[in-house]
Amino acid sequence: MAKLDLSKAKYAKLKKFIDENQGETCGLMPVLHQAQEIFGCIPIEVQKFISEELNVSVAEIYGVVTFYSRFSTEPVGEYVIGVCLGTACYVKGAQKIIDDIGSKLNIKPEQTTKDGKFTLTATRCIGACGLAPVITINDDVYGRLTPDQIPEILSKYTDELEGE
Amino acid sequence: MNKVKVKINEQFVEIDHHLTILEAAKELNIDIPTFCHDERLNPTGSCRMCVVEVEGARNLMTACSTQVRDGMVVKTHSTPVIEARKGILELMWANHPNECLTCEKAGNCKLQDYSYQYDIDPDSLYPRLDSRKYFDDTNRFYTLDSRKCILCGKCVQICAELQVNGAIGFEDRGIDTRISIKQNEEPTDGVIDPYTCVSCGNCVNNCPVGALMPKSKEKFRNWEVKKVKTTCPYCGVGCQFELVVKDNKVVRVDPVKGGTNDGLLCVKGTFGYKFINHPDRLTHPLIRKNGEFVKVSWDEALDLIVEKIKETKDKYGANALAGLSSAKCSNEENYLMQKLVRAGFGTNNVDHCARLCHASTVAGLATTLGSGAMTNSISEIDGTDTFLVIGSNTTETHPVIGSMIKQRVKKGAHLIVCDPRQIELAKMADVHLQIKPGTNVAIANGLMHVIYQEGLYDIDYIDKNTTCFKDLIEVIKDYTPARVAKICGVSENDIIKAARLYAKVNKAAIYYAMGITQHSHGTNHVKSMANLALMTGNVGKESTGINPLRGQNNVQGACDLGALPNVYPGYQAVTDVNIQKKFEEAWGVKLSNEVGHTLPIMMNDASNQDIRLMYIMGENPMVSDPDTNHIKKALTNLDFLVVQDIFLTKTAELADVILPAVTYAEKDGTFTNTERRVQRIRKAVEPQSDTRPDWEILTDVMKRLGLKADYKTVEDVFNEITSLTPIYAGFDYQRLNENGMQWPCPSNDHPGTKFLYSDGFTKLGKAIFTPIHFMGPKENPDHDYPLILTTGRTLYHFHTKTMTDRVEALKQTLPNNFIQISLNTAKQYQINHNEFVLVSSRRGTSKAKVQITDTINDGVVFMPFHFADGANMLTNPALDEICNIPELKVCAVKIEKC
Repeated sequence: MAKLDLSKAKYAKLKKFIDENQGETCGLMPVLHQAQEIFGCIPIEVQKFISEELNVSVAEIYGVVTFYSRFSTEPVGEYVIGVCLGTACYVKGAQKIIDDIGSKLNIKPEQTTKDGKFTLTATRCIGACGLAPVITINDDVYGRLTPDQIPEILSKYTDELEGE
Repeated sequence: MNKVKVKINEQFVEIDHHLTILEAAKELNIDIPTFCHDERLNPTGSCRMCVVEVEGARNLMTACSTQVRDGMVVKTHSTPVIEARKGILELMWANHPNECLTCEKAGNCKLQDYSYQYDIDPDSLYPRLDSRKYFDDTNRFYTLDSRKCILCGKCVQICAELQVNGAIGFEDRGIDTRISIKQNEEPTDGVIDPYTCVSCGNCVNNCPVGALMPKSKEKFRNWEVKKVKTTCPYCGVGCQFELVVKDNKVVRVDPVKGGTNDGLLCVKGTFGYKFINHPDRLTHPLIRKNGEFVKVSWDEALDLIVEKIKETKDKYGANALAGLSSAKCSNEENYLMQKLVRAGFGTNNVDHCARLCHASTVAGLATTLGSGAMTNSISEIDGTDTFLVIGSNTTETHPVIGSMIKQRVKKGAHLIVCDPRQIELAKMADVHLQIKPGTNVAIANGLMHVIYQEGLYDIDYIDKNTTCFKDLIEVIKDYTPARVAKICGVSENDIIKAARLYAKVNKAAIYYAMGITQHSHGTNHVKSMANLALMTGNVGKESTGINPLRGQNNVQGACDLGALPNVYPGYQAVTDVNIQKKFEEAWGVKLSNEVGHTLPIMMNDASNQDIRLMYIMGENPMVSDPDTNHIKKALTNLDFLVVQDIFLTKTAELADVILPAVTYAEKDGTFTNTERRVQRIRKAVEPQSDTRPDWEILTDVMKRLGLKADYKTVEDVFNEITSLTPIYAGFDYQRLNENGMQWPCPSNDHPGTKFLYSDGFTKLGKAIFTPIHFMGPKENPDHDYPLILTTGRTLYHFHTKTMTDRVEALKQTLPNNFIQISLNTAKQYQINHNEFVLVSSRRGTSKAKVQITDTINDGVVFMPFHFADGANMLTNPALDEICNIPELKVCAVKIEKC
């Protein structure tokens, strides 16, 4: 499982972002994106912190966090692999892609690898149908995929990790 | 106003253009079905049940959120509309268990009613999905069964818009969407986190289906019950609700819309009724024989009381007798108690617990403005521009008023909170002045200093309506923000900001409670509030004023009806010869013109044996009064003590005779709420066992003393009251029936008074400014007792817990006495969160569970006064010289490990 790090430094970073963006009037969505990036997830403690800073109720924040699949309440891997299962991608063989990634990493969709490197998730249409089938790994997008390309793509991230 | 003409189902109606189709249909008595609609909420149209056909529109429109237009033609029950509604209901059934047979909501469920009306077969079209299998029973008071939820979102809106807590939200999305409620993580301590559930039950009371249900052990069907409208017996807001009764037992409480509370209640109002049928109730008269309480007949008990009254009076004179009336009892009962003491005992030694809460308000406001009551009304909160909430933890002590203030602040009004603790309201305030306990006068003078210096006072108003402004200036000129900041421990800038927020707006209102009154200079604290409001012209106008929030359901009434040692009903002085004559003629006896003793002085008298006999009705001084050890000594010193109550209280344990009375649910009468509104209470259940209403008991005692007391009903008592009390003169039960009426109401064609002083200060001629210098509390922290203790009430208990302790869920929520303390102070004493400590003052010691919190300043600690052997073991009985209110809010204490 990926580790949850709620250090003061991370809170300070989030607070800085809020302060730099008009404090209380700062929009909830950008703050949640930042929080997800900083902490790797948005657990209830972080939701409470945001609630106090923005003066928005925790129930509302919780509603938004659970609504968007981009946000999670539990720690996710360092790299989140999103496999688009929208109509176009599905027709172009996305199911085979997600199954292959799963078996390569030894996890099922919505799970995280034991070393905390990868989380596999099925997403709805990401609006890149022209590139179908599409996957995203954090901010990187890979399109027109065939199953045989998967090991190479994954190795980029494992190698990078080892290189650090 | 712009009127438009609309045609609905071939009928025409002319209505305001800003209204909706739903409201227009209501005018024509056309019923449109709704789930999510509530006239108090912003319409969302989320349930789609109210769809109607509008000529020319492409789709069906939601009636609740579509405004009318001129010439609009609407069909509310055409074939496409019916089909659409059927479709909605069928889709709901696809995800709703078919459990009407066992569901407690049956008979009161909109889904069930509409399904019947629209001929829905729950098992017809769609396969059952059962996607939401979430059942939440973590809250002590209610359950959430997501399977039955139709996701109309009414609970989310009620919590966010009316209760203004925002504890309820939608979780997840699509087919998995469900309601989730943010519960308090440490509910056993009664701590209230922002945005968490406070168990007010307003969502439960409005859920159209069986998803949110009160936890109840009673089995009943909605068609087996009767409903009786009455007034809540807890705080002074005077919420209107219906008691739902089956087989002489209250099984639920339903709020009433449109009245004082407009359908809102707090946790005590909604769920705090189970004490009525509690097995601990006193059931028979008891006499102490050889140290043991023995069941006796009413005759034996009353004969003994009368014998003792006569004996004591003969032996020691009338002033050796005293009576304590009750702010929990009805107006009629308070009237009879003071009549019994004045006409039966022959003394003015009658008082009640207002002495401990708002005696300083009555004394302070009557002498500066003319009347000692809330100047304005609860409904006017919705027009206020700036609130100054000082010494009132409104959301816990007057929760419904608290919610109304929050609603108004959310709409853009300013809020200044002045309180030693960071109370819930402080979190949404523009300024929170976290003053040191007991420094109200300094902060008020500081605010006035800034207002004067910056020319923000209303000179026209001052010239026209007031006197002694010059004297005030002399005093406030020394209270510079710098000096005041130092005295109160707040920032200079905050004082300046608060002063501007208060003085610059059109309508500013002060709301205050015990934080102002319970001091050894309490009367002066109150007068300071009057100064501040008068200086800015904020008295005598709508949505402004000086608004003391009265603590008990009927403390206003008990004062109004003369349960005070210096006045007859209607604040008519006992020393006035003409008034004395009036009452002598009415009651047929000679009366004393000597002002009686106040409650704290009575206790001193009792410990010196100057008072020998005391008759206590519905009060519990052993818990409520300062310095419990002193009270115990006083009460045990009496020759004879009568206690009339519903439970065996700590005070009743010391009695010679105990008389079992009934609760508010078992009798008729009236209560007067904090806004001077006299409201009916109505009998919903028959008295238990051998208990009797207080008014009947008092009548019986009076008769046995040879007084004229031919009251057949409690209404007879009320009619006697109105004949003798000018401010109540225009009331009768008929006029009060619907929504109650507000005094003064001098005649039966007078509509009652929404806010006071609209035509000036007629009673005094002009309102009076009182220059007041800051004087600190009588007891300050020192080497031996280094901490300041301040006290108060919490949401989950009421006063001495006589009632709330018999409501299991309330008791479990706050089972222990606690002490709030800052992290630094806790570190200093090396004590931990949730550890029990001993807290001592010069008068006694109490045990309390530690709550470390960042809501209180270093060196200050807080304890609730609900618990026996709690805060009042420690508090200081030092009295205000003018009105004898004790300094319950400030004393010096020390903390030791257990």
